[in-house]
Amino acid sequence: MAKKPVQFRLNGDEKAVFAAEGENLLDVLRRGVGDLTPKFGCGQGTCGACTVIIDGEPRLSCITLAETVEGKAVSTVAGLADGARLHPLQDAFMRHFAAQCGYCTPGMLMAAKALLDRNPRPSREDVVDAISGNLCRCTGYEAIINAILDAASGASQNARRV
Amino acid sequence: MPLRVETYDRIEDAARALSTNRNARVIGGGTLLMRGVNAGVQGFDTVIVVRGGQSREIQSDGARLEIGAGVTMASIAANADLAFLAPAARVVGGPAVRAAATVGGNLFARPPFGELTTALLALGAQIHYVGHGTPQSIDDFLRERGRDRTRIVRAVSVPRIGDPSAFRFVKVTRVAPKGAAILSIAAHVPMQGGRVTGARIAVSNMGPTPLRAIGAERALEGQPLSDDTAQRAAAAMMEGLSPLTDELASEWYRREVAPVHLRRLLLPNHGR
Ligand SMILES: Cc1cc2nc3c(=O)[nH]c(=O)nc-3n(C[C@H](O)[C@H](O)[C@H](O)COP(=O)(O)OP(=O)(O)OC[C@H]3O[C@@H](n4cnc5c(N)ncnc54)[C@H](O)[C@@H]3O)c2cc1C
Ligand code: FES
Ligand code: FES
Repeated sequence: MAKKPVQFRLNGDEKAVFAAEGENLLDVLRRGVGDLTPKFGCGQGTCGACTVIIDGEPRLSCITLAETVEGKAVSTVAGLADGARLHPLQDAFMRHFAAQCGYCTPGMLMAAKALLDRNPRPSREDVVDAISGNLCRCTGYEAIINAILDAASGASQNARRV
Repeated sequence: MPLRVETYDRIEDAARALSTNRNARVIGGGTLLMRGVNAGVQGFDTVIVVRGGQSREIQSDGARLEIGAGVTMASIAANADLAFLAPAARVVGGPAVRAAATVGGNLFARPPFGELTTALLALGAQIHYVGHGTPQSIDDFLRERGRDRTRIVRAVSVPRIGDPSAFRFVKVTRVAPKGAAILSIAAHVPMQGGRVTGARIAVSNMGPTPLRAIGAERALEGQPLSDDTAQRAAAAMMEGLSPLTDELASEWYRREVAPVHLRRLLLPNHGR
C-alpha cells in the first residue's frame, strides 16, 4: 500500500513520518514515531485511552486520520513532565491514587490538561464533562475527579504567586 | 477493503472527485468514518480530504444564519449567535468527540446518533451543496439520505431564533452525561398572539433518520401552550413513527417514554 508523508509537531519537536492510506494518528504515534503513551483501547472513539491534544483541543487519536494532522501541533503525555519533574496533574494523580492499572491514565491526563489549559478554575461539573469520554474500569472516577480539581487549585495558586 | 486517500486544496476539486466516484466519501471530523476504516467495514474505497478541513465559517444575514459544514459541535456550543443550538451540540459525545464532530458529518449520522440533525430538522434548515445554487430542504435531504453520496454539503442555514423559549431540545440517555440517545426531541414552537404558529417537532431514533412528529405538530398548531395542548400533542406524537429497537431501548420503551419527554419539554415548569 502506498505511504504518504505527514509532518507535524509532537510535543514541540518536528516529526516527519510515512502513514499508510487511511492510517489513524494513534497507529502513527505508536508504530511510526514510537510514542507509546497514547493507548489503544477500542479503536472506535468510545474509551478515550488514545486522547491527545491537537492544536489545543482534546482529540481521539484512534479516529483521527493521520493525514489531517499535517502541519498541526500534537501533544501527548510524553511531553508532560519536565525531566524528572512531574506535571502538576501527574503529581495530583499520584497523590490521589487516581491510577490503578493505569491504562486510562494517559488519556485522562490529556483530557484534563485540555480542560485546565482553557479553564484553569473548573467546577466539579466541568471536570466530569471533560473526562466524560474517558472510561476507567478501576478507580470509579472519584479519585480522578479529585486529582484534577486539586491540580487546578494548585495551578491557580501558582498563577497567583507569579 | 484497500483504501485510497485523496487530498484536495480546493473544495470544488474535492466535489468534482466525489461526483465521479460512487465509492468515495468526503471526510469531516472522521469520528464516524474512521470507525468504519478501523474496523475494516467501511463500504467505500476512497476517502476525500479537503486540506485544512471543510468550511468553518458561520455567517449571518440578519434573519438567517449559515453554518459551514466543517463547523464542529465544540464551535457551535461556544458561539453566542448559535446559543439556541448549543443544547443539541453540547450533548454529542464527550469533549474530544465534539472538538472533531462536524455539522456535515452529523447530517449523515445513523441512529442512535444525530442530535444536531434532529435540531436542524425542527428548525426547517436548508442544505447548501458545493457547486449547486439551489438549496434543499432538510426534509427532502433526510428523505433521500444515503441514496446520493456524490455531493458535498457546503453549509446548512437556519432561521435565527430570537426568543429562546421558541426552540427547545432534549436528549434522553441512560448514561449521564454523554451516553448515546434513547431518543432526542427538538421542538420549534414560535408563538404569535399567544398561540403556536408554525410548530415543527423532530425526534430521533424513530426511524432511519430523524423524523417529524406530525401528529404533535397538528395538535399544537394555533393553540396556546397549555397543559391541555401539551397533553394532546403528547398523545398524538407517535402517529406514523416506528421506534427502533437497539441495545439501548426497545421499540415498546421508546414508544412509552417519548410522549412523556415531549410533554415535559413543552411544559418545563409543570408540576415543579
Ligand atoms: C464516542 C462517540 C460518541 C458519539 N456520540 C454522539 C452523540 O451523542 N450524538 C451524535 O449525534 N453523534 C455522536 N457521535 C457520532 C459523531 O461524532 C457525530 O455524529 C458527528 O457529528 C459526525 O461528524 P464527523 O465530522 O465526525 O463525520 P465523519 O465521520 O467525517 O463523516 C460521517 C459521514 O458524513 C459524510 N460527510 C461528512 N461531511 C460531509 C459533507 N460536508 N458533505 C457530504 N458528506 C459528508 C462522510 O462522508 C461520512 O459518510 C459519537 C461518536 C463517537 C465516536
Ligand atoms: S482507542 Fe481511541 S477511543 Fe478507544
Ligand atoms: S486505572 Fe485502570 S482503567 Fe483507569
